[in-house]
Amino acid sequence: MNAILETGAAGFLARYEALLGRLPGDSTLRAAAADAFRTLGLPGATRGRRAEAWKYTTLQPLGGMSFGSSGPPPAIALPNAAARLVFAGGAFRADLSTSVPGFARFADQPEFGELSWPDRDPMVALNTMLAEDGAVLTIPNDRDAGIVFLVHAGIDGTSAHPRHMIRLGRGARLTLMELFEGEGCYVHNPVSEIHVADGAVLTHVRMQTESTAAFHLATIYAAIAEGGTYDSFTLNIGGRITRTEVHTVLDGAGAVAHLNGAQLLTGSQHADFTSVVRHAAPKGTSRQTVKNVLAGQSRGVFQGRIEVARGAQGTDGYQMNRALLLSPDAEIDTKPELEIFADDVKCSHGATVGELDPEQLFYLRSRGIPDSEARAILVRAFLAEALDPVTNDTARGLLEDAVARWWEGQA
Amino acid sequence: MPADSETLDTVRSVTQSGYKWGFETDIEMDVAPKGLSADTIRLISERKQEPSWMLEWRLKAYQAWLAMEEPHWARVEHARIDYQDIHYYAAPKKKPGPKSLDEVDPELLRTYEKLGIPLKERAILAGVEGADQDGYVEGSGQIAVDAVFDSVSVATTFRATLSKVGVIFCPISEAIREYPDLVRQYIGSVVPVADNFFAALNSAVFTDGSFVFIPKGVRCPMELSTYFRMNARNTGQFERTLIIAEAGAHVSYLEGCTAPQRDENQLHAAVVELVAMDDATIKYSTVQNWYPGDAEGRGGIYNFVTKRGACLGARSKISWTQVETGSAITWKYPSCVLLGEDSVGEFYSVAVTNNRQQADTGTKMIHIGKGSRSTIIAKGISAGRSNNTYRGLVKVLPSAAGARNFTQCDSLLIGQECGAHTVPYIESRNRSAKIEHEATTSKIAEDQLFYCRQRGLSEEDAVNLIVNGFCKDVLKELPMEFAVEAQKLLAVSLEGSVG
Amino acid sequence: MLDIHGLTASIGGKAILKGIDLSVPAGEIHAIMGPNGSGKSTLGYVLAGREDHSVTGGTVTFEGRDMLSMEPEARAAAGLFLAFQAPIELPGVNNANFIRTALNAVRRAHGESELDAVQFLKLARAELKRLAMPDDMLKRNVNVGFSGGEKKRNEVLQMTLLRPRFAVLDETDSGLDIDALKIVADGVNALRGPEFSALVITHHQRLLDHLVPNRVHVLAGGRIVRSGGPELAKELEKSGYGAMLAEAA
Repeated sequence: MNAILETGAAGFLARYEALLGRLPGDSTLRAAAADAFRTLGLPGATRGRRAEAWKYTTLQPLGGMSFGSSGPPPAIALPNAAARLVFAGGAFRADLSTSVPGFARFADQPEFGELSWPDRDPMVALNTMLAEDGAVLTIPNDRDAGIVFLVHAGIDGTSAHPRHMIRLGRGARLTLMELFEGEGCYVHNPVSEIHVADGAVLTHVRMQTESTAAFHLATIYAAIAEGGTYDSFTLNIGGRITRTEVHTVLDGAGAVAHLNGAQLLTGSQHADFTSVVRHAAPKGTSRQTVKNVLAGQSRGVFQGRIEVARGAQGTDGYQMNRALLLSPDAEIDTKPELEIFADDVKCSHGATVGELDPEQLFYLRSRGIPDSEARAILVRAFLAEALDPVTNDTARGLLEDAVARWWEGQA
Repeated sequence: MPADSETLDTVRSVTQSGYKWGFETDIEMDVAPKGLSADTIRLISERKQEPSWMLEWRLKAYQAWLAMEEPHWARVEHARIDYQDIHYYAAPKKKPGPKSLDEVDPELLRTYEKLGIPLKERAILAGVEGADQDGYVEGSGQIAVDAVFDSVSVATTFRATLSKVGVIFCPISEAIREYPDLVRQYIGSVVPVADNFFAALNSAVFTDGSFVFIPKGVRCPMELSTYFRMNARNTGQFERTLIIAEAGAHVSYLEGCTAPQRDENQLHAAVVELVAMDDATIKYSTVQNWYPGDAEGRGGIYNFVTKRGACLGARSKISWTQVETGSAITWKYPSCVLLGEDSVGEFYSVAVTNNRQQADTGTKMIHIGKGSRSTIIAKGISAGRSNNTYRGLVKVLPSAAGARNFTQCDSLLIGQECGAHTVPYIESRNRSAKIEHEATTSKIAEDQLFYCRQRGLSEEDAVNLIVNGFCKDVLKELPMEFAVEAQKLLAVSLEGSVG
Repeated sequence: MLDIHGLTASIGGKAILKGIDLSVPAGEIHAIMGPNGSGKSTLGYVLAGREDHSVTGGTVTFEGRDMLSMEPEARAAAGLFLAFQAPIELPGVNNANFIRTALNAVRRAHGESELDAVQFLKLARAELKRLAMPDDMLKRNVNVGFSGGEKKRNEVLQMTLLRPRFAVLDETDSGLDIDALKIVADGVNALRGPEFSALVITHHQRLLDHLVPNRVHVLAGGRIVRSGGPELAKELEKSGYGAMLAEAA
């Protein structure tokens, strides 16, 4: 196809034109998304004023690249799990997956949901325009669905735009372990919509260890009903450019949201963690701890906003962002925001930026611990605050291993 | 809660009756026709008897301004401003720059008296032993005042005492004529003419303001103060202040401002530039009390101000303290560019909004010099249906090894219809820099109010006490006389907003 | 001095006080004892006029005036003082300034002249000395960073400076060591006289050894189940509330 010769936004639009009539779901919605994407473009790739939401991240490198939709799958190790859904290059692979109750393919049962903003967010517009597959997972009321793995394998030279819809019924429970891996240069642009009904608990652990040439651009929308809990943790280790954008709405009274994360970067990696927690109902609780560990010439970005709507009295919101700069060329940009329209609230945020404490380092070394080991101990300790809320043993184990591997790679 | 609803009723029953500075002075004025053009700028420059370089500078700024757009990134909303519907020059008739206070229009002296700013030197201290020729007594806590009325400075006190130690304190219009080399060297050096829309506008049309020069090694013997009064209708106030502290110099400068109570909005777009050399210290304090508009949001000043200090020298220090209670809209970010090694920037702010007021204020600390340090303490109090935003930037460049910043932003909400927002930007490109930021939002706790009332305090007194406690870390940075004034102002601003 | 009749009160719709009858004549000190959750602290708060404690019935008369219709500050001006069980922190508010503001508010209400800072400090320092408290108590922010004991002492200091006619001490003795306990007791004893009365809410006999009450009342389930002389407290110390409650039921 000649379409593939086009690069950047034009390339994506050409692919949409080529797929017209063959894409599942609401074609009007897709056309609107294509219009929006045409107007918005790839953030930073075109000249002109930067959108505030993309103040610190540019997708300019994508401007000169083009991506196909298929290729030979990478050799990645699959988790040995009873419930496993595998997507390669964005397409569901039944041969690699297990049977998971409540699962349907987006290709068979396309659902775009109602929480996303394809008109405002270029990456969501892109996904809405091109999504061909994804996981539609529905957990019935009061069911404990245990742990489900959702694995994304990136294929060199492709762009994947999976669309996921996760619904937890009243009182349901689920641990969703999402893994992102791959080989070569590719784009992962997933959009997930999550509904947590009254009293339900979703533990969402995301581990991104993409190829360091890959673009990982994920957007998550979560709505939490009365007494529900959305407990998430994101670990970003891979990727050339990573953007994790999470929009959480605490819709029901007493809803709880945890949006924790850690980014470990080196080389010229860039990772942007952007989140909005909206307290729309009274007595909600939100907690967020995001840690950046930055080596090489890497750049970490954290943008976090807590919004408290009028009437959301009794809100308790807390957010902490810390960055550890391990090299003289690393950079951190942080923008923690509070937007408060109710008076009976307790909201606070904090941010710190610094290097390893030389006095702590000296203390450890004076006790006979070698320098590199002492540093490892301190970095591990630094990350503990963010990792500690992950209580699921399987998830915690995987995250700890990934962190350990990253650290070994630094030595 | 009973206390809440009850006290909120009190809020509703009390309108903005508290603004005591809203009177108008009836005085004959020399006013330029409405509208902005190269001709308006030429007229201003001519009225000020400026040298040609100044006019050219202004016209360059005007050209830059024409190509710029009004900024809309702040969290403030206002009707479109018609820049052609404003008088850009208004001055009391009577020749500017009187030689002594005796030559100042008595109506003006009465106005300042009424505002609590006596333009007196000798009068109070006549006959006091040790008094100088202009009545200055060492250690007496006197303050030298430059009084700016609409577009011109009407009087500057204690100039004789100051000039003895080489301190220049005069209207900037006079400085442009008398000290052109100094002005030319520094004006626009900290805030370039095209820095932003309002700074460009100011550079084109500024009319007066204060000029301060503290020579090497001199500690200014008294507090310097400028008092701005906007009086004329449909007039914009565009003052320009330039303070230069040479190596080892110290100065504490205060500014205050008020305006009559009117139904229409008035524009105030000032530019303040500070320059501190090695070991110099500039302390700049503001009590901003422009007319805030009425309870329904009619009238009030649009306060769009650019204030920036350059810590050029090693160990130089610039400290901004502001108490912002007035204005319908406040848009200002007093900043420090910390170029010098071990230079220090400070920003202490209290911003109070009530009724329909909107404030979007904060600071920028740009760390360039090695070991530069900055502290930001911002306290926002929102009441009524107001919106109060802290917006700030801490930026550490690769050169700023060992830079330090500490930021504390606290918001207090009074009532359920206001908003409090915090938008800090932190950008660090040096690993040895250490940055700490904390922000909290809270309301006055019912149990705090009850505790105070149990001890016999009225609800309003209890709120004042708690609010003043909330602001203490900032208020203690103000010079004594201002601190007392500021405390009273907080009480007046929050009058009836108890909750 | 203080007469309570059929007082009922609830918090958040839950009835806590279910009919209290109690009279404290001038010059007397009465103790209120009772198990946790019996309504002791609620009684203190209701007397002081806390808004979220709704009075649902009954009367409280203080020197012939209907106290329930008065604002908290008016009650304070009339001479009521509540020493809080958990004194409130007021960040940034200087303790001396706070107490002086309170004292002057009360003086104003009585038509007395206000004290200036110098007069007040002289008075406060003398009182501090008498109570064996350090001077820096005045310089610090109200209760901020105070230990439990310091907070309680600060309540006693405020009480002695404000010179109330009727004091309610809500477990002011809890968490205090024996020396601090003595300071509290001395503070109250110093005010003792024909024109001063107090209601001492406590768990322990300890305080009552230093502050001998005229009467002891046992509060349980929102009612006074028994009243007696000082010996009642000793009896409680020995046999506990259990026996007494069983007997009352």
